[in-house]
Amino acid sequence: MTDLSASTVADNLARARRISESTARRRRLQLLMPALIVIGIFGLFPLTITATYSFLSPGTYGGVRWEFSTDAYVQFLFQRDIFDDTLSFSDSYLRIIGRSVGLAFVTTIGALILGFPTAYFIASKPPNQRNLWLFLITLPFWTNLLIRTYAILLIIRDEGLINFALVGSGLRSTPLNILYTDPAVFIGLIYSYLPFMVLPLYASLEKLDFKLVEAAYDLYATRLQVLRRVIIPLARPGIVAGCILVFIPGLGAYITPTLLGGGKKLMMGNMIAEQFGASRNWPFGSAAALILMTVVMLALVVYVRNSGQGGRRHG
Amino acid sequence: MPPERNRTETGQPGQGKAVMVRADGVTKTFGRGASMVTALDRVSLSINENEFLTLLGPSGCGKTTLLRLIAGFELPDAGQILLDGQEIGHLPPYQRPVNTVFQSYALFPHMSVARNIGFGLEMQGRPASEVAQTTARMLALVRMEDMADRRTDQLSGGQQQRVALARALAPHPKVLLLDEPLSALDLKLRKNMQIELKRLQNETGITFIFVTHDQEEALTMSDRIAVMSAGRILQVGTPKEIYHRPSSRFVADFIGDINIFAATLEKTGPDGATVTLPGGGKAVAQVHAAGVVPGPVSVAIRPEDMHLTAAEDKSAAIRGRIGNVVYFGSGNNVHVTLADGTEVIVRSNEAGAVDSPVGIAFSPGKLQVLED
Amino acid sequence: MADARRPRTMDLRKQPGFNQIAWLCLIFLYAPIVVLIVFSFNDNRSVVRWTEFSLRWYAAALDNQGIRNATIVSFKVASVATVFGTILATMAALATTRTAPFRGQTLSYAIINQPLMVPEIVTAVSTLALFAIIKQLTGLTGIGYLMLAHTVFCIPFAYMPIRARLEDMSLTLEQAAADLYATPFQVFRRVTLPMMSPGIVAGAMLAFVVSLDDVIITLMVAGPGETTLPIYILGQIRRGITPEINAVSTLLLGLSVILVTAFFLIGQRRR
Ligand SMILES: Nc1ncnc2c1ncn2[C@@H]1O[C@H](COP(=O)(O)OP(=O)(O)OP(=O)(O)O)[C@@H](O)[C@H]1O
Ligand SMILES: [Mg+2]
Repeated sequence: MTDLSASTVADNLARARRISESTARRRRLQLLMPALIVIGIFGLFPLTITATYSFLSPGTYGGVRWEFSTDAYVQFLFQRDIFDDTLSFSDSYLRIIGRSVGLAFVTTIGALILGFPTAYFIASKPPNQRNLWLFLITLPFWTNLLIRTYAILLIIRDEGLINFALVGSGLRSTPLNILYTDPAVFIGLIYSYLPFMVLPLYASLEKLDFKLVEAAYDLYATRLQVLRRVIIPLARPGIVAGCILVFIPGLGAYITPTLLGGGKKLMMGNMIAEQFGASRNWPFGSAAALILMTVVMLALVVYVRNSGQGGRRHG
Repeated sequence: MPPERNRTETGQPGQGKAVMVRADGVTKTFGRGASMVTALDRVSLSINENEFLTLLGPSGCGKTTLLRLIAGFELPDAGQILLDGQEIGHLPPYQRPVNTVFQSYALFPHMSVARNIGFGLEMQGRPASEVAQTTARMLALVRMEDMADRRTDQLSGGQQQRVALARALAPHPKVLLLDEPLSALDLKLRKNMQIELKRLQNETGITFIFVTHDQEEALTMSDRIAVMSAGRILQVGTPKEIYHRPSSRFVADFIGDINIFAATLEKTGPDGATVTLPGGGKAVAQVHAAGVVPGPVSVAIRPEDMHLTAAEDKSAAIRGRIGNVVYFGSGNNVHVTLADGTEVIVRSNEAGAVDSPVGIAFSPGKLQVLED
Repeated sequence: MADARRPRTMDLRKQPGFNQIAWLCLIFLYAPIVVLIVFSFNDNRSVVRWTEFSLRWYAAALDNQGIRNATIVSFKVASVATVFGTILATMAALATTRTAPFRGQTLSYAIINQPLMVPEIVTAVSTLALFAIIKQLTGLTGIGYLMLAHTVFCIPFAYMPIRARLEDMSLTLEQAAADLYATPFQVFRRVTLPMMSPGIVAGAMLAFVVSLDDVIITLMVAGPGETTLPIYILGQIRRGITPEINAVSTLLLGLSVILVTAFFLIGQRRR
């Protein structure tokens, strides 16, 4: 029969295993590295530049001077007097941060109030209709945000369709001033990020077993109780994900405050952009970017903490 | 393809035939540390040329793992696998003359039926004319001539099954591995495919290693059955041997209905062992396991190897009261409770009144002593 | 019997007012776009008063040299970013799905998705800072920078559908091919690649759409003469509203919708 000694067999096996493992590792590395390197150098590394810049001094015409300084951070709270170099407390930048957080927060709540019933509605549709609805909800997300914001602008400006209707029907004698106000930014933000709320909500509601709803009704729960005690707790992971997905881009929004808030109603997004453009204080802009990043990271931490155990706590 | 071979039915299938596949002390574990699973534990098994061998065992016992090791999708931790005398345990799948019929069929959805069937030959670098010829022959073999240009997702389950078979047979492998190939089919189709599979094996003369959960399927189709449990092979034998002479309690219990009860072994003799049954009756039981010594043992007997008698009848080995009668089409299963509480099931045409005393007689030579 | 208290079975799933809100959302999402599109065909300059159907603003837009240049820049950048982004994403997706779990897998996911997690404005200014340094050191200029920046954020968008596709694809098909004597390269060529191609196409389309629509990063990184279509539109909007902008916007919207619909249909087809 076979006279293969046990050791030859074991050697063959060990070699085969080594080769298959090392080829797998090599191939994986070859495939993965290009993308990681490109993103590493042009996506991650620039963040460290920004972090470094936030501790340097502004150059005269943009850029930085390589001089350590914490001025960029100090500037958030204090104003430096041009003449005697004294610091006095100023809340103008704090207010921008506050407005950004506030608007992003209100937007998140608004999107939740609109998005939850929509996601629930879609999830309770028969499967073939669900996809169409999902498609309709996601489609705007893939179209140009600038153009969509512009479309809002067309409608809400003083000469827009809404005011045309209001004044034309005699409901108001003068146009309602919406454009360039916080509510305009709020509308624009909800409009921009609503799909981000609906999709994760749908994902968790779709998994919801409607037998649980029936069981709750069977145990004499009212509709509202079913909603509060059964559906919402089960949809918790989706709610958390949706809120994070709306809050984060809302906080860093640029186009919406630029177009609908006008130059005056700044949010962090356009404040940062401005520092790299017209008023040219790169260290300050970098510091602001870093602060924005920090808030976003905190939100993500909240998300990671909450997503794993979702639903069970209340269920 | 080699000429068709006629299989000879011998009492001991495979006797005098060459060994096609041999596993020798094959061990395979998955995972590390606390979560380590030993899927195969020093498995040794020989499968002969042109044999239809079935691996049978409960879920998770390692059947699929054994097939995957033979096919080359996994490397064993230890032990060797020989194919036609050659060590293949370390070769990648594409260097092994072994083909697999996957449970999910795994047909290539972006290729036509014919391209699927010809794929293996094409990969072997056979000339186009040969590929076309063999493909045509395979299509005929599985009776799918009209479907050559269909896309595979337009086929029914049974048709997909045939294509998967044809695809695996086309390169004429030395061994065909089939992992629960029939489990996705409905009962009727399944019966047809069982016959079809046997026919294909006869016509091609290829060694089949077949995995199933279905014991009836195993009993009707196999030349030999290997019963597995927890990564080990417990018994290998012809369906008859496995059914009538199970060596262990596990095998006995796993295949068919069987009654197992405690008894005391008195002495072993040339005709078998004399055992004392519950209730004090004596009977002669067959011993197939080695190392059985006088003392308490388990004995087993199939429901169809017993019949009901009058309670006082001398031929009765044990006695009890009828508890329950379950009608199942071709007879009754009569549940009899013995004095010590043991429940015994007897297959019987008569029913008998519930709670009436009965005796149970054993057909000679059917009572088995089990290895625990 | 509890049935008296229970609403009829048909309505069990419904919550009052939810349907209406869902439809409201849909109207909210589409009404502004519809208004924009409708009035881009208006003969009048007004975006509130309809007079007559006309294609004159489209003609004007197509005639506008600025728009034409911006379109060319947009397509150049998007094509290059799509090709490179999709290739890199495809490779990365193969590496992260077709292997056993490996050390650094989570880190790899995090790095690939990094452009999605960092707010765009932060990415934009950081990239600007990096490119400023590179320009200073090497003296190189050109549209390459913009293409590179787009490639980076196209990678995660292309990666998502490709990875999803690969994860949907059972390994069994590849094993079946290997079982039928296909060498690893043949398995890739004959099975993996054709099977994953819908994912690659979908990924490329998303990358293209995302690149075509980008505003913030382009705004920061683009040099003079590298005005893309969205940047051009933004400039025009700031200057005042013209029906010509409506026409261009409608065209750009239409292109995105076509690509995304195709993407969706590809997704539907794979059962
Ligand atoms: N890739 C793997 N990783 C980890 N464990 C595995 C792997 N494959 C199999 N196992 C484990 O090895 C054991 C044997 O599995 P195997 O698939 O061979 O069982 P089986 O007999 O084919 O079962 P079934 O009848 O359910 O198909 C099981 O405990 C299983 O969990
Ligand atoms: Mg299995």
